[in-house]
Order: sequence, then C-alpha cells, then structure tokens
Amino acid sequence: MDRKSCRSRTSAAWETRVALIFLLPHIIGFLVFTLFPSFFSLLLSTFSWDIMTPLMFVGLQNFVRLFSDPLFYKVLRNTAFFVLISVPLGMIFSLILALLVNVKLKYIVFFRTAFFMPKITSMVAVALVWTWIFNPDFGWLNSILDQLRLLDPINSLLGSIGLPPLRWLASPIWAMPAIIIVSVWKNLGYSMIMYLAGLQGISDMYYEAAEIDGASWWQKFRYVTLPMLSPTTFFVLVMSIIGSFQVFEQVFIMTRGGQGISPGGPLDSTNTIVLYIYTHAFTYFQMGYASAVAWILFIIIFTFTLLQWRFQKKWVHYG
Amino acid sequence: MDKVVWLKKGQLVFLKKLVLYIILIAIAVTMLVPFFWMVSTSLKSRIAVFEYPPQWIPRPPKWENYRTAWKALPFGRYFANTTVVSVSVTFLQLLTSSLAAYAFARLNFPGRNRLFLCYLGTMMIPGQVLMIPRFLIIKYLGWVDSYTGLILPQAFTVFGTFLLRQFFMTIPRELEDAAKIDGCSHFRIYLRIILPLSKPALATLGIFAFMTQWNDFLWPLIVIDSREMYTLTTGLSFFQGLYLTRWTLLMAGAVIVLIPIIVVYVLGQKYFVKGITLSGLGGR
Repeated sequence: MDRKSCRSRTSAAWETRVALIFLLPHIIGFLVFTLFPSFFSLLLSTFSWDIMTPLMFVGLQNFVRLFSDPLFYKVLRNTAFFVLISVPLGMIFSLILALLVNVKLKYIVFFRTAFFMPKITSMVAVALVWTWIFNPDFGWLNSILDQLRLLDPINSLLGSIGLPPLRWLASPIWAMPAIIIVSVWKNLGYSMIMYLAGLQGISDMYYEAAEIDGASWWQKFRYVTLPMLSPTTFFVLVMSIIGSFQVFEQVFIMTRGGQGISPGGPLDSTNTIVLYIYTHAFTYFQMGYASAVAWILFIIIFTFTLLQWRFQKKWVHYG
Repeated sequence: MDKVVWLKKGQLVFLKKLVLYIILIAIAVTMLVPFFWMVSTSLKSRIAVFEYPPQWIPRPPKWENYRTAWKALPFGRYFANTTVVSVSVTFLQLLTSSLAAYAFARLNFPGRNRLFLCYLGTMMIPGQVLMIPRFLIIKYLGWVDSYTGLILPQAFTVFGTFLLRQFFMTIPRELEDAAKIDGCSHFRIYLRIILPLSKPALATLGIFAFMTQWNDFLWPLIVIDSREMYTLTTGLSFFQGLYLTRWTLLMAGAVIVLIPIIVVYVLGQKYFVKGITLSGLGGR
C-alpha cells in the first residue's frame, strides 16, 4: 500500500470527488427518469399534443376541460368510493388476521404464508379467476349463494330497496363492489404483516399491568393494543390510501373493453383515475390532457397525505 | 380438587386452540379458494366450465388444456422476457442504490443532507405522473419495445437508496476504520466490508424489487408494441383479449404465469415477508 498517497487522500475535495463517483449512476438515472420527467410532465399539461401533430400551447385549457368533463367527475366519484370502502375494510380485516396469526401456535407460519400468498401473485392472473368467480350465471360466488338458498332472497331484498340484482361485473351498481372485494382480498396479507410487526413490538409489560388492574380481553385491546398500534395504523392508513387511489390492474382486466363493455365497466362505473389517465394518454393520444389529470391525481394524494400527517399528532401515540 | 381443576384448565386450553385452528383453517381456505378454482377450471372441458353449479373437481382432468394454452401464445418467450427484465432491474437497483447509499451514509460532501431530503421528497410523486413523460423519453431515444426501455426507467429507486442508507448507518464504523488505516480506497470498503455485512438488507430488498418487477403490468403495457416482447403479465392480458370466453385456456394461462412466482415464494417466503416489512417500516 502506498502510505504517502493514502494520507493525501483524506482531503475534503477528494472525498467529494469519490462521493460523486458513487452517486453518479444513481443521480443520472434519477435526473433522466424522475426529475426531468416530473418537470416535463408539468410543462406538458399546458400543451395539447398527440405526438403526430406538433405541440400546441393551450395554457390552462386542459385543466378547464377536465373540470368540465362529467366523465372526470364520475371517475373521481368511483375512485373515492373505492378508496372509502376498500381502505377501512382492508385495515379491519388485516388487523383481525394479524391478531389471529400473532398467537404462539404450532404451524402458525403455514397460515401466515397462506394469508400472504395473494399479495405476491400477479393481479392480472388473479383478476382473471375472479372474473370467472363473479360471473353472474355460472361463477362460483353466485352459485354458492344459490346453493345456500341465499341468492334469490338477497336479490328480492335488493329489489325491494330499489337496487338491481347481484350481477356483479355486469351491473353498474355491483361492478365496483366486486373490484373492491378483489382488491381487499389481494392486499390483506400486506397490511397483516405490518400490523403483525406492530403487535410484536408492544411490550408485554403493558399487558401485564392491565391484567393486574383486572382488565378484560376487550379492555386490553381497546386501551393497550389499539393505542400502541397507532403508529402502525397510521402507516397502514397512509399507504392504503395512496395505493388505492392508484388502482388500475383489476379495473383494466376485469372490466375493460374487448368484452363488448366500454373500458371502465358497465356505464363507466369502474372507471378510475388511473384508467382515465391511461386511456386518454395511450388510446386517445392526448398527452397534454392526460398529464394534467395525472397532476390532479398527485395533488389529491398529496393533500390526503398532508392532512393525515397533521392529524396524526392527535391520535397517534408514540412509545 | 386440584386435579379436577387442572384437567378442566387443560381442556379449556385445548378447546381454545382447536377453535383457533378451525378459524385459521377456514380463513386460509377462503383466501386460497380462488387459486383452487383457477386450477380446477383450467382442467375442465369447454362445456364443463358453463355447468351450473360449477364442478369442484373436474373428472376427467383435461391436462391438454395446458398444452393448448402453451402453444397458443409463446409463454416460454414471455417467461424469458420477464426473467431478463426482472433480474436486470433488480441487479441495477441494488447496484446503483447501494453505491448512492454508501455516499449518503459514509461520505461527506457539501449539500449532502439537503440533496438527500430532496431525494426523499420525490418519493411522493406517483408513477402515473411519470409514466407519460417517461414514455415520451423512451420514444425519443428509440427504446420503445426494447429491453432497454423496459429496464432502464425502473432501474433507479430512491426508496431503495433510502433504505440502504439507513441500514448502512447502523454498521459500526470501527470495522472501516481498521481498513482505512491499511488501505484507503472507499470502493474497497464498500465492496469488502459494507456489502457483505448488508447481505440481509440486500437480499430482502432484492426479493421485493424482483417480485414487483415480475408482476409489473402498467409499464410493460405502455412500452411494448410487438408480441415477442410481451412479459408474462402483458402476455396474459393479451391472451385474455384473444380467448375472451375460453375460460379453460385463460385459467391454464393464468396458472402457467403464476407457477414461477409461487414456487419462489414457497421456497423463500421468509425473505418475502422480511422484504415487505423492511420496505414498509423504513428501517425502523
């Protein structure tokens, strides 16, 4: 080893040069594929461009257009409905699963593996089988309901309150609930693992103290588990909301065109923001308009995350 | 007296365990039943699919469906494409992220912390904002419908850099100080000390990245034009477009697509779970 040059290598300038070399591959990729595209996308949203014809500056026209498009509002409503139902459902069920899996039972790993499996599979493949399951005529779900003699009573009950029968993906009312069921099913494993990690981080000390005070099972859950889980709950909530606003694959595979149904489900009832962006960018080739919508999506997600961050101070307990 | 009480307690514990097992099995069955139906439907004859109520176990099982599906579309090619892309992206992600993470964790340079915070900020930008300009960039560079176009835009992860940086910072500096006295190359420290010690973090991050890439749908959908370049996910979607109501073939195709990842998962599920936890808790 050349000891002399070693000593001269400790200057700050040299360290900066080394840092640059280490950072270079990542920074180049970051600049080209993240930073530049972000600005480019923002700029693009003020233009109208279909790739074939030259760029045309339209200022805020794209935004005016999207705010006056009734389909956009439907899409917003659909996405909001999806988020509002799937997130709480997912969180509750995955918490229950985590509680169940947190016991010291033999072979519990097998169950954890089973519950997590839907998460690692491709949504495309899984959506196909769920399309069959939801088939109103020969799919498994309706057939089970029928065999349990529940299908007809349910349908008449629905009819009496003015709702259409359970024809799932063929029904404008029930298509989105079907999508919700698939999404919750698929993502249970993820939130379950988060909650499990959170549960295992709660020191037994708290439970023992509660026992001494004579707390019941429910009281322990309400006054020890839930508060101690609040950081995890917060995290799961944020990630679930961000993720569910970006729903795409299930909607695309289960209800898009090619089945005689317009992309976005019966009467666009399962058209979501990302599908809307995708269709306008890559089917209609309206790059500028689609970019504008994408930025609206960003603003929505950002706002929600910001709001949650503000509120967390109120209900999240740390350590 | 005591013996009776003890017996009762033992029975109670046994009963509780039994109930728990029953509940767990019931839930596991419900969660996995779609996979069961996938296989079951794939082995039915064309007519049997439309039977009502649906047969649970097809007799006789039509294994030929798999051959038909395999021949209908070049799934072997799709498998190769997906493997090339997933492995390349995972490798590149680990490489670039670990190098950058080393710089953020161990090297001092002006603006380091501010740059890192900016980096973190960009994690907020959803992929949908980036997908349109990325597509246009790819198009301009002539990378549409190519491996390069599929791989490069996905090869750089701020998230991975963040995680690895947190992990590197937990490695005690004493180990490097000894090396610094002997021979000062940062690269060697990175290669010989930091990397080997980070094997768990790299492995779990790698598995997570691999799985995400393997199942990726939207980006390949945007980038790919020609049939030969399809990945398993896009190929399956294309398959759906061709064989709309041939449920048996669709399910066979879906099973073919799922088998590799399920096998990998069952063999290494510990790493999958760790990867998800690590990515989620952000090195907490």
